Order: sequence, then structure tokens, then C-alpha cells
Amino acid sequence: MTVQASGPVPSRRLVDGVLAGDRRALARLISRAEAGEEECRPALADIHRHTGRAHIVGVTGVPGSGKSTLVRACASAMRAVGRTLGVVAVDPSSPFSGGAILGDRIRMGALAGDPGVFIRSMASRGALGGLAHAALDAVDLMDAAGFDTVLIETVGVGQDEVDIVRAADTTVVVSAPGLGDDIQAIKAGVLEIADIHVVSKSDRPDANRTFAELKQMLLLAQVPPERHIPVVATSAESGEGIDALLAEIDSHSSFLASDGRLARRRRRNAAARAVKIAEEMVRRRYAAGDSTAMAAIVDRMCARELDPHGAARALLATLDEVAP
Amino acid sequence: MADQPAIRVLIAKVGLDGHDRGVKIVARCLRDAGMDVIYTGLHKTPEDVVRAAVDEDVDVLGISLLSGAHMTIFPRVIALLEEAGASDIMLVGGGVMPDEDATALRAMGVAELLLQDTPPDAIVAAIRRLVAERGPR
Ligand SMILES: Nc1nc2c(ncn2[C@@H]2O[C@H](COP(=O)(O)OP(=O)(O)OP(=O)(O)O)[C@@H](O)[C@H]2O)c(=O)[nH]1
Ligand SMILES: [Mg+2]
Repeated sequence: MTVQASGPVPSRRLVDGVLAGDRRALARLISRAEAGEEECRPALADIHRHTGRAHIVGVTGVPGSGKSTLVRACASAMRAVGRTLGVVAVDPSSPFSGGAILGDRIRMGALAGDPGVFIRSMASRGALGGLAHAALDAVDLMDAAGFDTVLIETVGVGQDEVDIVRAADTTVVVSAPGLGDDIQAIKAGVLEIADIHVVSKSDRPDANRTFAELKQMLLLAQVPPERHIPVVATSAESGEGIDALLAEIDSHSSFLASDGRLARRRRRNAAARAVKIAEEMVRRRYAAGDSTAMAAIVDRMCARELDPHGAARALLATLDEVAP
Repeated sequence: MADQPAIRVLIAKVGLDGHDRGVKIVARCLRDAGMDVIYTGLHKTPEDVVRAAVDEDVDVLGISLLSGAHMTIFPRVIALLEEAGASDIMLVGGGVMPDEDATALRAMGVAELLLQDTPPDAIVAAIRRLVAERGPR
């Protein structure tokens, strides 16, 4: 009974299940997307046609800033007002083994068995074909499965992670006291992508300083933002600020809903996502490095018949020859 | 395409006993063997654990029990997996139990029992073997 007799179910047969909210189908398709299996591409294309309904919230910040604890608190608060949500939690892989210990802080308390919540952990180790790619496929799948909100948690330190939160409708950047020079530690450019700032662990006495530093930084911003960027102090211990954060998320959502802003943001995100996938396709195509066409081009470059740019153009011209 | 996706394992403590040092060590060994490990913490119910195993789409669900409740908890987990249409998730048990219980649990469909003092290497090897035997899904 532990072995499926009939072999793998074709991905396209899982699509209807996902659209009907079947967790098993949803979970399987996320795995296949993460594995980068070509077989599931047509299914994901079907799924994509059913996306765009969920509000997508990205949560990022330095390691240990309290993101998972915050996601859990937000998830509980959203459930309390009857909203369903999906969570994609990306955790770092071990640089030595590629393995990972995942998502241990979100699935706690009442959330554990609640059918209105779907929590999926993902290791940052290169999902084959790119982390951003796999995480955003998972977001699509949860969106199509009908969850009202999809939260994505990533550490804001690598470019892939930053690309993921940039794909959100609303981006929350979490800072916390006591992590050393915390404001500096995060990848340059991450603080600037925040629609909402959170200072977590506000129960700690040194939280005030982090709060003041952030306010100061926002005042000194080079380009005045299109909208006032709120800073919310939260404590997952006392529950302080969680309702205020949800209110800010909603307020940002209404802001987006006016003047076509949501459509503009999603258009920008769509372009970034398509370009990113194209880059991956190109990289994968050349990664092998042993195609005869490629070898001929490199030979010509080594013989000084082609300059590096000319060689690159020649390589690009070979792209259409075989489907990737 | 490139290499195989990592084996996914969910490790849970079900029931009342409050020791998780052992399972945390196992979790780290599996990670160091390149697996993705979801550890759900203490005091989970069979419902919580099966829900998490389904959503996370794990290959293996490992449940460790020291409380002596294995003859009620494992059958319950097997039933819940079946109910969820997830009987292809392989159930592995850890902890302590008498031999005759182990035999009975295997007959019920527990894929493997790695009882107390199984060395980490043997746990890694057993999980790899189970996943290889199952094949693609
Ligand atoms: N005092 C206090 N501690 C907190 C709070 N929120 C989180 N912590 C603690 O901060 C540590 C990190 O919390 P996580 O939620 O795991 O942080 P994270 O940002 O998800 O961490 P990574 O995913 O590892 O980057 C844990 O020890 C938490 O208990 C809070 O509101 N107050
Ligand atoms: Mg976390």
C-alpha cells in the first residue's frame, strides 16, 4: 500500500484538483514545479490563466529578524477574520550538503491543522531552474487554488530572494533590534523596496533605536516615495502591532486598487519574471558548453576572428536552433 | 535535467513526551545528507502531522514516539494518510517498542521502524532505500 501501482499522475490531470482546492494536487504540482520538470509546464500554463485573484505579500529581512514568527502571527490574525492564506517559506540550504531544515516556526499552534492555511517550505538551494522561478510557481498555484492572500517569506540577502519579494503586490521589510548593525546587514536596495517597514521584537528595550533609525533613513530617502511608507512596531510575544500591520497591508492594497496602480505593478512584475526565466533558459542552454555550434564560435574567438561581443551575438543567434 | 530533487522528510513528535533532542539530531543528520527536513516541533496531533506532510508533499513522514502510544497513533496516522489520498507518503517510526508491536505495525503499512539507537547513517540509508524503491511519483 505504500507504493503507487499506477505510476505518476500526469500533471495536467492535477490542474482541476488544484482549481477545486485539492491540497494533495496542489502539493504535488508545487513539487514538480520545484523540480523543474518539463512535464509540468503545460499544467502550470493552465494554472497561470487562473491567477491574479490573491493578494501577494512578500516578507523579507535579515536572518533571525523574526519573519517566520511574524508570518505566523499575521496568518493567525487573518484567519481570525476569515481570510484563507497560502504561505511560501524559503529557508536557506546548507552550503555543504545542499540539505535544509525548513519552516519550523510558522506551523505552530492553531495554524497546524487549519484547512484555511496552506504552508509550503522551500530550500533556497537552487530549486533546479532557479529559486525565484519555483517560488513564484508555488505562489501561482496557491493563488489559483483560491487562497485569498499568499505570503512569501525569504531572507533578504541574496539576489534570488530579493527578486522573489519584488514579485509581491505588497512588500514588507522586517528589521529587528539586537542583530548588530542591522540596518546595514541587509542587501543594499532591500530597505528601499519596502511598502511597509516592520520593527519586530518591539518588546525588547532596544527596539526604539531600530525604529528611530528606520524613520531617519526614510526621511533621508533620495526620491520621495509615491506613498508614505509606514513603520510598524510588532511583537509576536505580546501581539502588539499585528493588527496595525494587517491594517497597513490592507491600506496598501486599497492604494494599489486606485488609479490602476495594481495593474502597473503587476505589469512590471510580469516583465521582470519573464526576463528572469529567459535569462535562466539562456544560461542553461550555454551551461553545457559542449554544443558543436558553441565550440565553433569559441574557436573563432580564440583564433581572434571574433571579438567577445561578436561571439556573444553569434551565440545568441544559435538560440532559436533547438528548443531549450 | 540536472540532478534529482532533494528527498523531503517531515519529522514529528506526536503525543505527550517532551524530549526532542533525539529528533533534532536526526533532522540535522538528514540535512547533512542533502535532504530537506521539515521539523514540526513537539506535541503534535496525528491530524496536524498528516496535514503538514500532505501540504509539504514529503516523501517520508517520520514519527518518533517515546510515550508508548504507538499502537494507537500509527494506525491513526495510516488511516489519515489514506483519507487524504496520500498513502504513497511512506511512514517511518522511531522510538521504543516491543518486537511484536513492530511486527504488527509493519503489517499495517508502516514502511520502516528505526528504533532507538539506530545510528544516523542507517537512518539516512533506510530513507534513501525507501525512496529509491518507491520510484518516481
Ligand atoms: N523577544 C522577541 N523575540 C522574537 C519575536 N519574534 C521572533 N523572536 C525571536 O527571534 C528569533 C528568530 O525568529 P524567527 O521568526 O525564526 O526569525 P526569521 O527571520 O524567520 O529567521 P530566519 O528564517 O532564520 O531568517 C527566535 O528566537 C524568535 O523566538 C518577538 O516579537 N519578540
Ligand atoms: Mg524564518
